[in-house]
Amino acid sequence: MSSPQHHAEPHGAHGDDHVPHGSLSGYVTGFLLSVVLTAIPFWLVMNDVLGNATLTAIVIMAFAAVQIVVHMVYFLHMNGRSEGGWNMMGLIFTIVIVVIVLSGSLWVMYHLNSNMMPDMHRM
Amino acid sequence: MAKAKAQAQAAGVPAFYVTEDEHAHSGGSTMLGFWLYLMSDCLVFAVLFATYGVLGRNYAAGPSGADLFDLRLVAVNTAMLLFSSITYGFAMLAMDKGRQAAMQGWLVVTGLFGLAFLSIELYEFAHFIREGATPMRSAFLSSFFTLVGTHGLHVTFGLIWLSVLMVQVSKRGLIEANRRRLLCLSMFWHFLDVVWIGVFTFVYLMGVLK
Repeated sequence: MSSPQHHAEPHGAHGDDHVPHGSLSGYVTGFLLSVVLTAIPFWLVMNDVLGNATLTAIVIMAFAAVQIVVHMVYFLHMNGRSEGGWNMMGLIFTIVIVVIVLSGSLWVMYHLNSNMMPDMHRM
Repeated sequence: MAKAKAQAQAAGVPAFYVTEDEHAHSGGSTMLGFWLYLMSDCLVFAVLFATYGVLGRNYAAGPSGADLFDLRLVAVNTAMLLFSSITYGFAMLAMDKGRQAAMQGWLVVTGLFGLAFLSIELYEFAHFIREGATPMRSAFLSSFFTLVGTHGLHVTFGLIWLSVLMVQVSKRGLIEANRRRLLCLSMFWHFLDVVWIGVFTFVYLMGVLK
Protein backbone atom coordinates (compact mmCIF):
# COMPACT_ATOMS: atom_id res chain seq x y z
CA MET A 1 0.00 0.00 0.00
CA SER A 2 1.28 3.40 -0.94
CA SER A 3 0.74 5.35 2.26
CA PRO A 4 1.21 2.91 5.10
CA GLN A 5 1.40 5.35 7.99
CA HIS A 6 -1.31 7.79 6.99
CA HIS A 7 -4.36 6.30 8.55
CA ALA A 8 -2.92 4.30 11.34
CA GLU A 9 -5.87 4.80 13.63
CA PRO A 10 -5.31 5.74 17.22
CA HIS A 11 -6.46 3.05 19.62
CA GLY A 12 -10.21 2.91 19.99
CA ALA A 13 -10.98 5.16 17.06
CA HIS A 14 -12.57 2.37 15.08
CA GLY A 15 -16.14 1.61 15.92
CA ASP A 16 -17.65 5.05 15.73
CA ASP A 17 -16.61 6.91 12.60
CA HIS A 18 -16.06 4.15 10.07
CA VAL A 19 -19.46 3.72 8.49
CA PRO A 20 -20.28 6.09 5.64
CA HIS A 21 -24.06 6.15 5.68
CA GLY A 22 -24.81 7.91 2.44
CA SER A 23 -27.29 10.66 1.85
CA LEU A 24 -30.72 11.03 0.28
CA SER A 25 -29.26 12.67 -2.82
CA GLY A 26 -26.69 9.85 -3.09
CA TYR A 27 -29.35 7.13 -2.99
CA VAL A 28 -31.62 8.96 -5.43
CA THR A 29 -28.73 9.63 -7.85
CA GLY A 30 -27.69 5.98 -7.68
CA PHE A 31 -31.27 4.82 -8.22
CA LEU A 32 -31.87 7.07 -11.24
CA LEU A 33 -28.55 6.05 -12.81
CA SER A 34 -29.42 2.37 -12.22
CA VAL A 35 -32.83 2.77 -13.83
CA VAL A 36 -31.28 4.33 -16.95
CA LEU A 37 -28.43 1.79 -17.05
CA THR A 38 -30.94 -1.08 -16.74
CA ALA A 39 -33.53 0.27 -19.17
CA ILE A 40 -31.10 0.88 -22.04
CA PRO A 41 -29.76 -2.73 -22.25
CA PHE A 42 -33.31 -4.14 -22.05
CA TRP A 43 -34.42 -1.74 -24.78
CA LEU A 44 -31.41 -2.62 -26.96
CA VAL A 45 -32.11 -6.35 -26.72
CA MET A 46 -35.92 -6.36 -26.80
CA ASN A 47 -36.15 -4.14 -29.88
CA ASP A 48 -32.96 -5.42 -31.51
CA VAL A 49 -31.87 -1.81 -31.98
CA LEU A 50 -28.29 -2.45 -33.09
CA GLY A 51 -29.13 -5.37 -35.40
CA ASN A 52 -25.87 -7.16 -34.51
CA ALA A 53 -25.72 -9.73 -31.70
CA THR A 54 -21.98 -9.40 -30.98
CA LEU A 55 -22.08 -5.62 -30.86
CA THR A 56 -25.19 -5.72 -28.63
CA ALA A 57 -23.48 -8.18 -26.28
CA ILE A 58 -20.43 -5.93 -25.93
CA VAL A 59 -22.58 -2.84 -25.34
CA ILE A 60 -24.80 -4.45 -22.67
CA MET A 61 -21.74 -5.85 -20.88
CA ALA A 62 -20.30 -2.34 -20.79
CA PHE A 63 -23.59 -1.07 -19.32
CA ALA A 64 -23.50 -3.86 -16.69
CA ALA A 65 -19.94 -2.93 -15.71
CA VAL A 66 -20.88 0.74 -15.30
CA GLN A 67 -24.00 -0.16 -13.30
CA ILE A 68 -22.00 -2.38 -10.95
CA VAL A 69 -19.68 0.56 -10.26
CA VAL A 70 -22.71 2.83 -9.68
CA HIS A 71 -24.15 0.35 -7.16
CA MET A 72 -20.78 -0.01 -5.42
CA VAL A 73 -20.39 3.75 -5.04
CA TYR A 74 -23.94 4.94 -4.29
CA PHE A 75 -25.48 1.93 -2.48
CA LEU A 76 -22.52 0.08 -0.94
CA HIS A 77 -20.62 3.37 -0.30
CA MET A 78 -17.33 1.96 -1.51
CA ASN A 79 -14.32 4.21 -1.45
CA GLY A 80 -10.62 3.88 -0.82
CA ARG A 81 -10.89 5.12 2.76
CA SER A 82 -13.54 2.90 4.39
CA GLU A 83 -12.07 0.56 7.03
CA GLY A 84 -8.67 2.10 6.44
CA GLY A 85 -8.59 0.92 2.83
CA TRP A 86 -9.13 -2.78 3.64
CA ASN A 87 -12.56 -2.84 2.02
CA MET A 88 -10.96 -1.73 -1.23
CA MET A 89 -8.10 -4.24 -0.86
CA GLY A 90 -10.62 -7.07 -0.41
CA LEU A 91 -12.60 -5.88 -3.39
CA ILE A 92 -9.56 -5.62 -5.66
CA PHE A 93 -8.41 -9.11 -4.62
CA THR A 94 -11.89 -10.49 -5.32
CA ILE A 95 -12.07 -8.81 -8.72
CA VAL A 96 -8.69 -10.30 -9.68
CA ILE A 97 -9.86 -13.80 -8.69
CA VAL A 98 -13.22 -13.38 -10.43
CA VAL A 99 -11.55 -12.26 -13.66
CA ILE A 100 -9.14 -15.22 -13.53
CA VAL A 101 -11.95 -17.71 -12.83
CA LEU A 102 -14.27 -16.36 -15.53
CA SER A 103 -11.80 -15.70 -18.33
CA GLY A 104 -9.78 -18.83 -17.52
CA SER A 105 -12.83 -21.12 -17.54
CA LEU A 106 -14.27 -19.69 -20.74
CA TRP A 107 -10.92 -19.71 -22.54
CA VAL A 108 -9.92 -23.24 -21.51
CA MET A 109 -13.32 -24.79 -22.11
CA TYR A 110 -13.75 -23.03 -25.45
CA HIS A 111 -10.50 -24.56 -26.69
CA LEU A 112 -11.34 -27.90 -25.09
CA ASN A 113 -14.48 -28.02 -27.18
CA SER A 114 -12.74 -27.24 -30.43
CA ASN A 115 -9.61 -29.30 -29.78
CA MET A 116 -10.99 -32.48 -28.26
CA MET A 117 -13.88 -33.18 -30.57
CA PRO A 118 -12.59 -32.64 -34.11
CA ASP A 119 -15.24 -34.86 -35.68
CA MET A 120 -18.16 -33.16 -34.00
CA HIS A 121 -19.25 -31.34 -37.16
CA ARG A 122 -18.90 -34.33 -39.44
CA MET A 123 -21.18 -36.53 -37.37
CA MET B 1 -0.32 -3.69 22.79
CA ALA B 2 3.25 -2.48 22.74
CA LYS B 3 2.29 0.39 24.95
CA ALA B 4 0.58 -1.88 27.44
CA LYS B 5 3.59 -4.17 27.49
CA ALA B 6 5.88 -1.22 28.06
CA GLN B 7 3.72 -0.04 30.93
CA ALA B 8 3.66 -3.48 32.47
CA GLN B 9 7.40 -3.80 32.16
CA ALA B 10 7.86 -0.36 33.63
CA ALA B 11 5.87 -1.56 36.60
CA GLY B 12 8.27 -4.47 36.91
CA VAL B 13 5.81 -7.14 35.81
CA PRO B 14 6.56 -9.00 32.58
CA ALA B 15 3.46 -9.21 30.36
CA PHE B 16 2.99 -12.41 28.40
CA TYR B 17 -0.49 -11.59 27.19
CA VAL B 18 -2.46 -8.62 25.90
CA THR B 19 -3.19 -6.71 29.05
CA GLU B 20 -5.52 -4.27 27.31
CA ASP B 21 -8.45 -6.08 25.74
CA GLU B 22 -8.72 -4.34 22.41
CA HIS B 23 -12.06 -5.84 21.49
CA ALA B 24 -13.95 -5.32 24.67
CA HIS B 25 -16.16 -2.96 22.67
CA SER B 26 -18.02 -5.38 20.44
CA GLY B 27 -18.52 -4.91 16.74
CA GLY B 28 -15.49 -2.78 15.94
CA SER B 29 -14.54 -4.91 12.97
CA THR B 30 -17.90 -6.47 12.13
CA MET B 31 -18.42 -4.35 9.04
CA LEU B 32 -15.05 -5.30 7.58
CA GLY B 33 -15.63 -8.95 8.43
CA PHE B 34 -19.03 -8.90 6.80
CA TRP B 35 -17.55 -7.23 3.73
CA LEU B 36 -15.01 -10.08 3.50
CA TYR B 37 -17.88 -12.58 3.74
CA LEU B 38 -19.59 -10.80 0.85
CA MET B 39 -16.39 -10.98 -1.18
CA SER B 40 -16.20 -14.75 -0.60
CA ASP B 41 -19.87 -15.00 -1.59
CA CYS B 42 -18.86 -13.11 -4.72
CA LEU B 43 -16.44 -15.95 -5.50
CA VAL B 44 -19.25 -18.50 -5.10
CA PHE B 45 -21.24 -16.59 -7.70
CA ALA B 46 -18.16 -16.24 -9.93
CA VAL B 47 -17.86 -20.03 -10.03
CA LEU B 48 -21.54 -20.39 -10.89
CA PHE B 49 -21.26 -17.71 -13.58
CA ALA B 50 -18.22 -19.51 -15.03
CA THR B 51 -20.15 -22.79 -15.05
CA TYR B 52 -23.04 -21.11 -16.80
CA GLY B 53 -20.63 -19.45 -19.24
CA VAL B 54 -19.19 -22.83 -20.19
CA LEU B 55 -22.45 -24.82 -20.29
CA GLY B 56 -24.91 -22.08 -21.19
CA ARG B 57 -25.13 -22.98 -24.88
CA ASN B 58 -25.32 -26.76 -24.45
CA TYR B 59 -29.03 -27.23 -25.06
CA ALA B 60 -29.00 -31.01 -25.75
CA ALA B 61 -31.62 -30.34 -28.44
CA GLY B 62 -33.83 -28.86 -25.73
CA PRO B 63 -35.18 -25.34 -25.36
CA SER B 64 -32.73 -22.41 -25.50
CA GLY B 65 -32.80 -19.14 -23.62
CA ALA B 66 -34.36 -17.44 -26.62
CA ASP B 67 -37.24 -19.96 -26.50
CA LEU B 68 -37.82 -19.72 -22.77
CA PHE B 69 -37.02 -16.27 -21.43
CA ASP B 70 -39.73 -13.64 -21.26
CA LEU B 71 -37.77 -10.40 -21.02
CA ARG B 72 -40.80 -8.35 -19.92
CA LEU B 73 -41.08 -10.56 -16.84
CA VAL B 74 -37.34 -10.22 -16.19
CA ALA B 75 -37.62 -6.43 -16.56
CA VAL B 76 -40.40 -6.33 -13.95
CA ASN B 77 -38.32 -8.56 -11.69
CA THR B 78 -35.28 -6.31 -12.07
CA ALA B 79 -37.43 -3.30 -11.21
CA MET B 80 -38.65 -5.03 -8.02
CA LEU B 81 -35.09 -5.63 -6.84
CA LEU B 82 -34.02 -2.09 -7.76
CA PHE B 83 -36.98 -0.58 -5.86
CA SER B 84 -36.17 -2.74 -2.85
CA SER B 85 -32.60 -1.43 -2.94
CA ILE B 86 -33.63 2.22 -2.80
CA THR B 87 -36.28 1.61 -0.12
CA TYR B 88 -33.65 -0.14 2.01
CA GLY B 89 -31.49 2.95 1.48
CA PHE B 90 -34.38 5.12 2.74
CA ALA B 91 -34.68 2.84 5.78
CA MET B 92 -30.99 3.42 6.55
CA LEU B 93 -31.45 7.19 6.22
CA ALA B 94 -34.39 7.00 8.64
CA MET B 95 -32.22 4.97 11.01
CA ASP B 96 -29.51 7.64 10.92
CA LYS B 97 -32.10 10.19 12.03
CA GLY B 98 -33.31 7.81 14.75
CA ARG B 99 -36.82 7.63 13.29
CA GLN B 100 -37.64 4.05 14.19
CA ALA B 101 -41.24 3.96 12.90
CA ALA B 102 -40.26 5.37 9.51
CA MET B 103 -37.40 2.91 9.29
CA GLN B 104 -39.66 -0.05 10.07
CA GLY B 105 -42.09 1.20 7.43
CA TRP B 106 -39.38 1.32 4.78
CA LEU B 107 -38.19 -2.15 5.83
CA VAL B 108 -41.73 -3.47 5.31
CA VAL B 109 -41.77 -1.93 1.81
CA THR B 110 -38.35 -3.45 1.11
CA GLY B 111 -39.58 -6.85 2.27
CA LEU B 112 -42.66 -6.63 0.04
CA PHE B 113 -40.55 -5.78 -3.02
CA GLY B 114 -38.24 -8.67 -2.16
CA LEU B 115 -41.23 -10.98 -1.81
CA ALA B 116 -42.58 -9.79 -5.17
CA PHE B 117 -39.20 -10.53 -6.74
CA LEU B 118 -39.17 -14.05 -5.28
CA SER B 119 -42.77 -14.74 -6.30
CA ILE B 120 -42.11 -13.70 -9.90
CA GLU B 121 -38.98 -15.83 -9.99
CA LEU B 122 -40.78 -18.87 -8.59
CA TYR B 123 -43.61 -18.32 -11.08
CA GLU B 124 -41.02 -18.23 -13.87
CA PHE B 125 -39.34 -21.44 -12.63
CA ALA B 126 -42.70 -23.21 -12.30
CA HIS B 127 -43.60 -22.08 -15.82
CA PHE B 128 -40.33 -23.49 -17.21
CA ILE B 129 -40.76 -26.79 -15.39
CA ARG B 130 -44.35 -27.11 -16.59
CA GLU B 131 -43.08 -26.74 -20.15
CA GLY B 132 -40.57 -29.55 -19.59
CA ALA B 133 -37.58 -27.24 -19.17
CA THR B 134 -36.49 -28.84 -15.91
CA PRO B 135 -32.95 -28.69 -14.47
CA MET B 136 -32.48 -32.26 -15.74
CA ARG B 137 -33.28 -31.36 -19.36
CA SER B 138 -29.90 -30.00 -20.47
CA ALA B 139 -26.59 -28.65 -19.20
CA PHE B 140 -27.85 -25.16 -20.01
CA LEU B 141 -30.88 -25.60 -17.77
CA SER B 142 -28.86 -27.25 -14.96
CA SER B 143 -26.46 -24.34 -14.80
CA PHE B 144 -29.30 -21.81 -15.25
CA PHE B 145 -31.32 -23.16 -12.32
CA THR B 146 -28.21 -23.44 -10.14
CA LEU B 147 -27.06 -19.87 -10.77
CA VAL B 148 -30.43 -18.11 -10.66
CA GLY B 149 -31.67 -20.41 -7.89
CA THR B 150 -28.66 -19.64 -5.71
CA HIS B 151 -29.36 -15.94 -6.10
CA GLY B 152 -33.01 -16.55 -5.24
CA LEU B 153 -31.97 -18.52 -2.17
CA HIS B 154 -29.85 -15.57 -1.05
CA VAL B 155 -32.85 -13.28 -1.43
CA THR B 156 -34.94 -15.75 0.60
CA PHE B 157 -32.45 -15.72 3.45
CA GLY B 158 -32.21 -11.94 3.18
CA LEU B 159 -35.98 -11.76 3.69
CA ILE B 160 -35.81 -14.06 6.73
CA TRP B 161 -33.00 -11.92 8.14
CA LEU B 162 -35.04 -8.78 7.44
CA SER B 163 -38.07 -10.14 9.32
CA VAL B 164 -35.96 -11.22 12.29
CA LEU B 165 -34.32 -7.79 12.49
CA MET B 166 -37.69 -6.03 12.36
CA VAL B 167 -38.80 -8.07 15.37
CA GLN B 168 -35.49 -7.29 17.12
CA VAL B 169 -35.89 -3.56 16.51
CA SER B 170 -39.51 -3.56 17.68
CA LYS B 171 -38.47 -5.31 20.91
CA ARG B 172 -35.14 -3.61 21.66
CA GLY B 173 -35.28 -0.39 19.66
CA LEU B 174 -32.44 1.10 17.65
CA ILE B 175 -29.65 0.01 19.95
CA GLU B 176 -26.05 -0.09 18.74
CA ALA B 177 -26.14 -3.86 18.04
CA ASN B 178 -29.30 -3.57 15.96
CA ARG B 179 -27.88 -0.66 13.96
CA ARG B 180 -24.83 -2.76 13.19
CA ARG B 181 -26.98 -5.71 12.09
CA LEU B 182 -29.11 -3.48 9.90
CA LEU B 183 -25.99 -2.08 8.24
CA CYS B 184 -24.76 -5.62 7.55
CA LEU B 185 -28.09 -6.56 6.01
CA SER B 186 -27.91 -3.34 4.00
CA MET B 187 -24.63 -4.46 2.46
CA PHE B 188 -26.02 -7.96 1.87
CA TRP B 189 -29.15 -6.62 0.17
CA HIS B 190 -27.30 -4.19 -2.11
CA PHE B 191 -24.78 -6.92 -2.90
CA LEU B 192 -27.59 -9.18 -4.12
CA ASP B 193 -28.70 -6.39 -6.42
CA VAL B 194 -25.15 -6.20 -7.82
CA VAL B 195 -25.18 -9.95 -8.49
CA TRP B 196 -28.56 -9.58 -10.19
CA ILE B 197 -27.02 -7.08 -12.65
CA GLY B 198 -24.71 -9.90 -13.74
CA VAL B 199 -27.61 -12.36 -13.91
CA PHE B 200 -29.92 -10.28 -16.07
CA THR B 201 -27.08 -9.23 -18.38
CA PHE B 202 -25.25 -12.54 -18.84
CA VAL B 203 -28.10 -14.99 -18.47
CA TYR B 204 -31.26 -13.31 -19.67
CA LEU B 205 -30.26 -10.57 -22.11
CA MET B 206 -27.34 -12.44 -23.68
CA GLY B 207 -29.35 -15.69 -23.63
CA VAL B 208 -31.96 -14.10 -25.86
CA LEU B 209 -29.38 -12.75 -28.34
CA LYS B 210 -28.94 -15.10 -31.26
